Amino acid sequence: MSDDPVLRVEDLNVRFRRRNVDVPAVNDASFSLRRGETLTILGESGSGKSVSLKALMGLLPSYAEITGKIWLNGTEILGLPAADLAKLRGGSVSMIFQEPMAALDPVYTIGEQIAETIVQHEGVDRRTAMKRALDLLEQVKIPSAARRLKNYPHEMSGGMRQRAMIALALACSPSVLLADEPTTALDVTVQIQILLLLRQLQEEFGMAIVFVTHDVGAAAEISDRIAVMYAGRFVESGTSREIIRSPQHPYTQGLLSSTVHGGMRGTKLVTIPGTPPNLAELPPGCAFAPRCRYTTEACRRPDIPVTVTETGAMARCVRVAEPVFA
Amino acid sequence: MSETLELDPRDRGGPAQPMLRVEGLKKYFPIRGGLLNRTVATVQAVDDVSFLVHKGETLGIVGESGCGKSTTARLLMRLMEPDSGSVVFDGDAVGDLRGITVNEMRRQMQMVFQDSYSSLNPRMTMAESIAYAPRMHGLGRKEAYDRAESLLAQVGLNPRQYARRYPHELSGGQRQRVNIARALALEPRLVILDEAVAALDKSVEAQVLNLLGDLKEKFNLTYLFISHDLNVVEYMSDRVMVMYLGRVVETGPVAEIYRHPRHPYTRALFASKPTLDPDRRTTEMPLTGDPPNPINPPSGCRFRTRCAFAEAVCAEKAPALAAPLDGDYDEMSPHLVACHLPAAQRAMGVHHV
Repeated sequence: MSDDPVLRVEDLNVRFRRRNVDVPAVNDASFSLRRGETLTILGESGSGKSVSLKALMGLLPSYAEITGKIWLNGTEILGLPAADLAKLRGGSVSMIFQEPMAALDPVYTIGEQIAETIVQHEGVDRRTAMKRALDLLEQVKIPSAARRLKNYPHEMSGGMRQRAMIALALACSPSVLLADEPTTALDVTVQIQILLLLRQLQEEFGMAIVFVTHDVGAAAEISDRIAVMYAGRFVESGTSREIIRSPQHPYTQGLLSSTVHGGMRGTKLVTIPGTPPNLAELPPGCAFAPRCRYTTEACRRPDIPVTVTETGAMARCVRVAEPVFA
Repeated sequence: MSETLELDPRDRGGPAQPMLRVEGLKKYFPIRGGLLNRTVATVQAVDDVSFLVHKGETLGIVGESGCGKSTTARLLMRLMEPDSGSVVFDGDAVGDLRGITVNEMRRQMQMVFQDSYSSLNPRMTMAESIAYAPRMHGLGRKEAYDRAESLLAQVGLNPRQYARRYPHELSGGQRQRVNIARALALEPRLVILDEAVAALDKSVEAQVLNLLGDLKEKFNLTYLFISHDLNVVEYMSDRVMVMYLGRVVETGPVAEIYRHPRHPYTRALFASKPTLDPDRRTTEMPLTGDPPNPINPPSGCRFRTRCAFAEAVCAEKAPALAAPLDGDYDEMSPHLVACHLPAAQRAMGVHHV
């Protein structure tokens, strides 16, 4: 049982279609996650990583067309009625965001917000829920938790609010936690505290985490596996070791070589030329082809081969498929 | 490097005279409140900050939010008035009767901001934005626009394609290139880059960093590079200054600061840097809690409330910047640290890749 994936996504497509725009934001995304596992979706702005998460939570606007299949604990959740979906959100799947100030309600105390979620999902009385809220604040290591329970969000520091939001997300012991750039807005000394906290909570609660970030460092600290997204498509995935040590796709290679570290001092950075494409006008074939130094005719044809290794690492690239070019 | 410096006709004091000498810079922001709108507290944003920027170097300033790095930049540019302190630009005191005026200083010192969109006028084309300052400083219309086009080309944007575009028609990376071009329009000698690459995607950030390196050589520039990103600062800087809650805690050559940090805060900061190696993940938190509120900073050493080594003396008086207690001192680019305790300076508990 425990080896069954808690979350399985197959051929997820999200398309934003309105009168004069048609943007394919996520194309054929597939992945699955087991209990206690962390998958990082790594990508730059506009790559579709946040949209993918919001699609899982059912948080996209009504003009978004979502197709594909999403199973949560074996139940298919895409297309569920709004009321059923509301039961899942904050229950077996919950989400944390980059900006806790925007995610928390400014007119309720932290304790009230956590307790409300517990009452809503589990039907316990308020006193029990408040006690659970206190336990949760202690679990996310908020100092003097009993006092903080009565704080409003604006009375807390940034790192503290982020912890409070994590406590809120974990209130009903979700099996899947979706994390949308939760450490991006934090100072580096606070960021590492939050990453370590998430790792530790994952050991205690056993939830699977989908972690979305643009930061290779955060990805290396938290993930078991990494999936690299470019222009709405996974171009490469594998264990975090595989992706960081021996990236196969030219985009992943470029992303890593443009991630600056001190060892590069005095050398010119190897960069990816150009800018990410407009999702509304994607080229046929590989979306990275216009910026790629290895582009050949085959890259512009619609069917880009997908290579999967014995270890399950995937790359969508003509060059990887035909090692002759390597 | 030094040869080109001597050839620069704008150079006044020779290569040995610092480009910028900042002494005792201080800025407190009053917080008003209550019925009579009286000052109820002050934020000590920048408190007695002194440093030098040598000609042709890049001085990096690192620190977390609220450490005063951006306020320092704004004070240098006189976008706000300092409460006290002096700024000497190549031998000339800024705003002093015997020195140069703020306007003259701004001709030689320019700034690039983090937010590429809000720092451009949305109703001006790229060429207009870049040509604006030269025109204000007396250049003719034709010459100013020619200069704008040539600068656009220098920062890698084809003038025929971009000169007439408006800010909303460009990507973030392209806009930041325009901001850099605009900063160079008056042919400054010192450019302050305040989180100039922080909002960019990694692949674009690397392009802009390369560009900054090229421009520095081509135009014989000196940079003050402000960032919260430790990796980027290490890559860009010759010397580094670490700030915490409005004060300088440590400064020195980049290799010294990154390999032998003496201040406990500097060490904790570097240890917090995420690893890029999945097999060597961070296992212990270098610091707990958030930086304290700059409204009521701790007495004495401001880091003492989070410092594992803190002793009674740390609360009593603020440590001055001085040579490390192991006596490692280099006259030309000294390593200075503001910490009372030899034990804290020696402790090398931090290893990183």
